[in-house]
Amino acid sequence: MSGYLSEILSGSKSLAVGMGITLREFFTPKVTLRYPHESVKMTARYRGHIELIEDENGEPNCVACGMCQRACPSGCITLASRTVEIEVDGKTKKKKELTQYDLNFTTCSLCGSCVESCSFNGITFSKEYNLASTRKEDFHFDLLKRLKERNS
Amino acid sequence: MSLTLINVLFAVVAAIGFAALNAAYLVWCERKGAGFFQRRPGPTENGPWGLLQPPVDGIKLMTKQLIIPGGVDKAFFMVAPVLAMFPAIMSFVTIPFSENIVAHNMDIGVLMIFAFASMGSMSLLLAGWGSRNKYSLMSSVRAVSQSIAYEIPMLITVITVVMITGSMDLKVIVEDQTAGFWQWNVFALLKSPLMPVSFLIFFICSLAETNRAPFDLGEAESELVAGFHTEYSSMGFGLFFMGEYANIVIGACLTTILFLGGWGCPFGLLPGVWWFLLKVYLLIFTFIWIRWTFPRTTIYGLLNLSWKILIPISLFNLLLTAGLLKVF
Repeated sequence: MSGYLSEILSGSKSLAVGMGITLREFFTPKVTLRYPHESVKMTARYRGHIELIEDENGEPNCVACGMCQRACPSGCITLASRTVEIEVDGKTKKKKELTQYDLNFTTCSLCGSCVESCSFNGITFSKEYNLASTRKEDFHFDLLKRLKERNS
Repeated sequence: MSLTLINVLFAVVAAIGFAALNAAYLVWCERKGAGFFQRRPGPTENGPWGLLQPPVDGIKLMTKQLIIPGGVDKAFFMVAPVLAMFPAIMSFVTIPFSENIVAHNMDIGVLMIFAFASMGSMSLLLAGWGSRNKYSLMSSVRAVSQSIAYEIPMLITVITVVMITGSMDLKVIVEDQTAGFWQWNVFALLKSPLMPVSFLIFFICSLAETNRAPFDLGEAESELVAGFHTEYSSMGFGLFFMGEYANIVIGACLTTILFLGGWGCPFGLLPGVWWFLLKVYLLIFTFIWIRWTFPRTTIYGLLNLSWKILIPISLFNLLLTAGLLKVF
């Protein structure tokens, strides 16, 4: 009999404690974000799709060496360049200039070989994670265009 | 039109309107409450604080197709959702919101409300049986054993209150308690020292009778898909949903009337009906609070709680009250 009553009492006490905890949570600040309107800032080491890095003039750091293209195991990267002549200290020098940098994100496995292979600090992982679409074409990124849009 | 007919029409419209409005907006309250207890903001998108969410949900439910699966028992299948909503609306007829605000006062109001309330489990039984779905059937088996188990302690505590008051008229029961809050049945320690326990038992039973978590064994979605309303779509489901919330209002109203002094106010200030509504909505908040605190019990735990704890204690209280009434 005493066991019966003490079980009821301890059970009721535990219920009251539980309700106390949830009531406290009721008045604590909310921790969620209203997702489409607000979103979490991604952590520094997040691997999104790759993105070109720009120098101080807003031009890509990329020298169009093509190492990333060769490093990519899935052949996602296509880049094109042209040779331009620029004047440095009174001499004309030939320099490759990036004209096109296409990323086919549909086959990218985010292995990061392209970023590792780059010796010119030309590409990095973006923090973009809101990538949902019903069309395949939306995952073919023109990174040079993205860079220009970012700067404009 | 005669005056009485207008009165009746007004009462009917008011009762249905009150039940439907409450059912719609309690869903909003529930979702807001669920959000706040889990540190989320709850619905926010439609209207200020998400207040337009219930009408939007209603339009969605009403515009969906009402599917009647091929194998169902059509009569039972169609009657069940109506039976879920109908007793709740009927019960509003005799609930006194204040001295004057009552659709039709009856001297056996308690009896009438419990007679209709027992039809609620009928709707679950018919829905589960008529659906021809093993999950729905299991759910209705549970619903019946649950309502048998919980109507007994509930009615025993009601008998205790009726014995103290000496009347089944809800209005008389409230007027017996209006002298001050120490007269409320929950604090009537002189009449029976176990009255607060009785109040708790009644409250637990009304949770179980309305199939609310932690006693929502009937629609245990982790075990039985959605229980008795698995096969229902559109407003068929909507009626079950609204019936559940209307029953919550009835449960809270009854608890207020039987134990918390109805429209009796601790210290003037507001007209009685506001005190009544305040108590009712505080109780409903507690319903929501409990739902988002405790996980669902097992069917064994549920039946054990009733047969081993609630029924013996409420019987003991009944005998104690009877003895004390006889002695003093």
